[in-house]
Amino acid sequence: MAQDSGTRTLISQAQLTRGRGRVVYWTLLAVVVVGFTLVFIGPLYWMVTGALKSGQEIAQTPPSLFPKDPQPQNYVDAWTNLNLAKLLFNTFYYATGAVLFQLVLDTAAAYSLSKLRPVLGNVILGLMLATLMIPAMVLIVPQYVTVIDLPILHLNLLDSPFAIWLPLVANAFNIFLLKRFFDSIPADLMAAALVDGATPLRTLWSIILPMSRPILGVVSIFAVTAVWKDFLWPKLVMPSPETRTVSVGIYAFSGGTPMNVVIAASVIAAIPTVVIFLIFQRNIMSGLTTGSLKG
Amino acid sequence: MATTTVPGTTRHPGRSGPPYPLPRRRAGLGRKVRDNLTGHAFLIGAVLCFAVFSWYPMVRGIVMSFQRTRRGETTWVGWDNYARIVDDPSFWTAWQNTFYFTALALVLGYAVPFFVAILLNEFRHAKGYLRILVYLPVMLPPASALFLFKFYAYDPSEAGLFNAILTALHLPTSEWMQSPGMTMPAMVLASTWMNMGSAVLIYLAALQNIPGELYEAAELDGAGIWRRIRHVTIPQTRLILALLAMLQIVATMQLFIEPLILANGAGTGDSATSVAYLIYQHGFFQNDLNGAAALGVIMLVVLAGFSAVYVRLTAKQD
Repeated sequence: MAQDSGTRTLISQAQLTRGRGRVVYWTLLAVVVVGFTLVFIGPLYWMVTGALKSGQEIAQTPPSLFPKDPQPQNYVDAWTNLNLAKLLFNTFYYATGAVLFQLVLDTAAAYSLSKLRPVLGNVILGLMLATLMIPAMVLIVPQYVTVIDLPILHLNLLDSPFAIWLPLVANAFNIFLLKRFFDSIPADLMAAALVDGATPLRTLWSIILPMSRPILGVVSIFAVTAVWKDFLWPKLVMPSPETRTVSVGIYAFSGGTPMNVVIAASVIAAIPTVVIFLIFQRNIMSGLTTGSLKG
Repeated sequence: MATTTVPGTTRHPGRSGPPYPLPRRRAGLGRKVRDNLTGHAFLIGAVLCFAVFSWYPMVRGIVMSFQRTRRGETTWVGWDNYARIVDDPSFWTAWQNTFYFTALALVLGYAVPFFVAILLNEFRHAKGYLRILVYLPVMLPPASALFLFKFYAYDPSEAGLFNAILTALHLPTSEWMQSPGMTMPAMVLASTWMNMGSAVLIYLAALQNIPGELYEAAELDGAGIWRRIRHVTIPQTRLILALLAMLQIVATMQLFIEPLILANGAGTGDSATSVAYLIYQHGFFQNDLNGAAALGVIMLVVLAGFSAVYVRLTAKQD
């Protein structure tokens, strides 16, 4: 509350705390708080309670604000008919693997680019960053063709979790975030470790990583939410019902399932990301702004 | 990187290289790689993933667009795939729809977050709460959020959330996704609700970097609120504004999941078909991966055109 009073913004502090300004400020604040709550929480409330209504009640005009005769059965149906336990487990499994692969491979690469300075390091970094300019939809077809017949190895990765994990490692934004963080760690620390006879791996493990916990947290959270939110890629590379992610599974069932059950399933599918957000909102917001602002 | 280290210690920090500067001599690439084996070992995993899943598909996509694979046999066909794609009756409609969506999304999804950020930045209270609210929809899986819009908000009868509100306000109701004219605005509305949170947060961070003295000076010169926004806020956040405009154009041109879920793909009378949806259709339903690759290349060229314009415009301003 008071933390911002020192910095001057568009309208001066004095103008906001005196006479007419004060009235306008508090009215506007009240309007915005109520309005934003309606706009951003309202639909979520509608979703959670709507899925509790019966098929009749959802079709009545005007719609009811509270479910008159709550039907938790809709949620139970969603859970059992769509096999949500399996879908959620799959998604969780892909998300965990994505975090591990990205943490290990992207951290190692960023460390190498930042501190070990390999030959052609800057060229490689440039080529990685260039992929940020290529829209995902442009790559979707050739990526799919690559995944169903990997070059040289001739493996088909369809329905294999590696089809989700490995492409996610090629994430230039992560490498950029991590490299920038490692760049800010003083080179003297590296030199000291070297004098003490530490190998690069040891330096990474005992010196760099403990200092990098915040940024590693941000990368992990982004990795989890990316997997949870992704739709088209998992739809293409995880075609069988046993390997689907939760979003794709709900979509696949949406045609022949009562509307309220689809919504109930959507609510359940959204819970994990919303909980992650409410717990880690500080890290998420700082990661989002530092990453994009100075790019 | 700054080189403020003890002289002669860090040129080759790896054990494999001597910890003193090597005399400059012409060494082959192989020798250089061997000198810093650890450095390359750390890099190899990520580089392989980039090579296989990013760099190679980029080249492959262009190559594929000039080939045709039929019954396992691949032949070079020149511009045939491009001709076939352009002849698709939906091709021009898809581009029209996509541009229309991009333009509408710029009006709504670009200006609104900026003014929301300016507003939030003025508040001394409830800031954290408002920020969480705005970002909450970004965290929902898009499929979940879109089913909410499809079934509850855009229900064409008066039982739908939006129509119920309109009726309560004595305004005419709409058929939403069932009426071709409302398809795009409805999709932009859903998409803006889902995505504007990240833009708001990025603007907020940019606004906090504006030195307060600038506002003070402007105020002393008698500038009102609007003139302060025009002459201080906008020029000070110009680079971020331009960058986000570019990112948003690239993102909205790839419009896909909104038509797929809200309009079952094409929508009423092709009113929702987007270029990305057409890529998906050709590639995965009409068994025409080569045509889809050609359309992807066309999309890449169009977006590269936008980027070139963006680079020129921003370079001129500096």
